Amino acid sequence: MSTTATIAIPQSDPRARRNSFLLVFACTILGSAAQLLIKTGMNHFSPHLAALVTNIPLIAGYALYGINTLMMVLALKNGEMSLLYPIIALTYVWTTLASYTLLGEPSNIYKNVGIVTIVLGVAVMGRRGNK
Amino acid sequence: MLLVFIASVIGSFGMAFLKMGSAHLTRSIWSFLNPKLLFGIGLFLGSSVFYAWGIKDGQLSVLYPMVSLGYVWGLLWAKLFFNEALTKQKFMGLGLILLGVCFVGMGS
Repeated sequence: MSTTATIAIPQSDPRARRNSFLLVFACTILGSAAQLLIKTGMNHFSPHLAALVTNIPLIAGYALYGINTLMMVLALKNGEMSLLYPIIALTYVWTTLASYTLLGEPSNIYKNVGIVTIVLGVAVMGRRGNK
Repeated sequence: MLLVFIASVIGSFGMAFLKMGSAHLTRSIWSFLNPKLLFGIGLFLGSSVFYAWGIKDGQLSVLYPMVSLGYVWGLLWAKLFFNEALTKQKFMGLGLILLGVCFVGMGS
């Protein structure tokens, strides 16, 4: 039995919901950029203060995580946590694609099926929120 | 494996506290420094410590997808703390996302 068509959700200003969705979407792109930067920084990691404060990729990566968290908070203010939290899984998609193109890691069928499935899942979640 | 499981629980609580803290945001930039937000960020840091500790001697292909269990706990907290509607679409979408993360993990 489906009653989903007419149920009104409390925080349902459609524009606010869409903005929250887009904010988290941007978060996932920034999040995977942060992961790549941190990975790059870790490649020449050394546990000395002078090396740490000059490790630009590492610092930039963590700074991006900071910005990310702020954006996530703004998104959560007007959006549903049950909708926005799982969307963060899109980060896996961007990170996998970037590791193919930028890091030259080999692609395989599991990863490809995985990222398509994640995108499908996010599309299913977002469909109602975007209406 | 238990450590990564714990990390997923802590992380989902972190997200719940970010949501609680976001209600206290005003036009002032300083409103970001409210206790609930800071506690939420603290939980994220704690979660990443458990995660790093957990992946030290484990298979990344199993542990990587386990973190996404946090989304399941997150759905629970969203219902319990914020009384959000758990619709069929959310369950279906989450199911697909979890499946996808498992596949990505298998390929890694």
